[in-house]
Amino acid sequence: MSLFQLTMTALMALLSLSLGVTFWRLLRGPSIPDRAVAFDMIMIHLVGLIAMFVVQFRQPILIDAVIVVSVLGFLGTVALARYIEDGRN
Amino acid sequence: MTPLEIITLLITLVGVFFVVVSSVGLVRLPDLYTRVHAGGKSGTLGIIGVLLGAGIFFISDLRIVFKMLILIAFFFITGPVAAHMLDRAALLTGVKPMEGTYPNDLEGRYDPETRRLS
Repeated sequence: MSLFQLTMTALMALLSLSLGVTFWRLLRGPSIPDRAVAFDMIMIHLVGLIAMFVVQFRQPILIDAVIVVSVLGFLGTVALARYIEDGRN
Repeated sequence: MTPLEIITLLITLVGVFFVVVSSVGLVRLPDLYTRVHAGGKSGTLGIIGVLLGAGIFFISDLRIVFKMLILIAFFFITGPVAAHMLDRAALLTGVKPMEGTYPNDLEGRYDPETRRLS
C-alpha cells in the first residue's frame, strides 16, 4: 500500500467519523427540519466517500453512482421540505 | 508519490476539512437556522473540494473531468436551493430562532394562507 493510498484511507476514515457525528443530529434533532438538514448532510458525506473510493481504487465507472446519489439527495431534501411545508397544520 | 497525487491529496484534504467543519457545526450550533447555515454553505464548499480532487486525479481522461465539472455545477446550484427551502419550511411551520435573535425581519410577515411575503 503506497503512501497515497494510506493518506486517502485516513481521509476516508475522517469523513466516516464525520458521518457518524451527523447521525447524532439525525437521531436527536428536536424538529423535523433538523432531521432534514441531517439527511442532506448525510447525502453529501456519501457523495464524498464514493468519490474518494473512486480515486483510491481507480474505478471511474463508479462516478455514475456519485451522480445518482447526489441527484437523489437533492430530490429527497426538496421533497422533505415541501412535505414539511404543506403538512404544517 | 507523483505530483498529481500530491495535488489530489491537498485539494481533497481541503474538501474533507470543510465537510468536517460543517458536520461539527451541525451538532454544536444552537438553533435550526444556524444549523442550516452550516450545512448549506460549508458542506457545499467541502463537497466541491472533494469532487475537484477526484476530477484532477483523472485529468488524463477528459470524460471524467467533464462529469466532475457537471457535478460541481450541480452542487453549486442545488446546495443553496435545498438550504433555502428547508429554512422556508421551518419558518412557515413555526420553528423559533434562538433566544436573543434581535433583527428578526421575517417575524409575522409571511401570510399563513398564501405563504407569500406581505
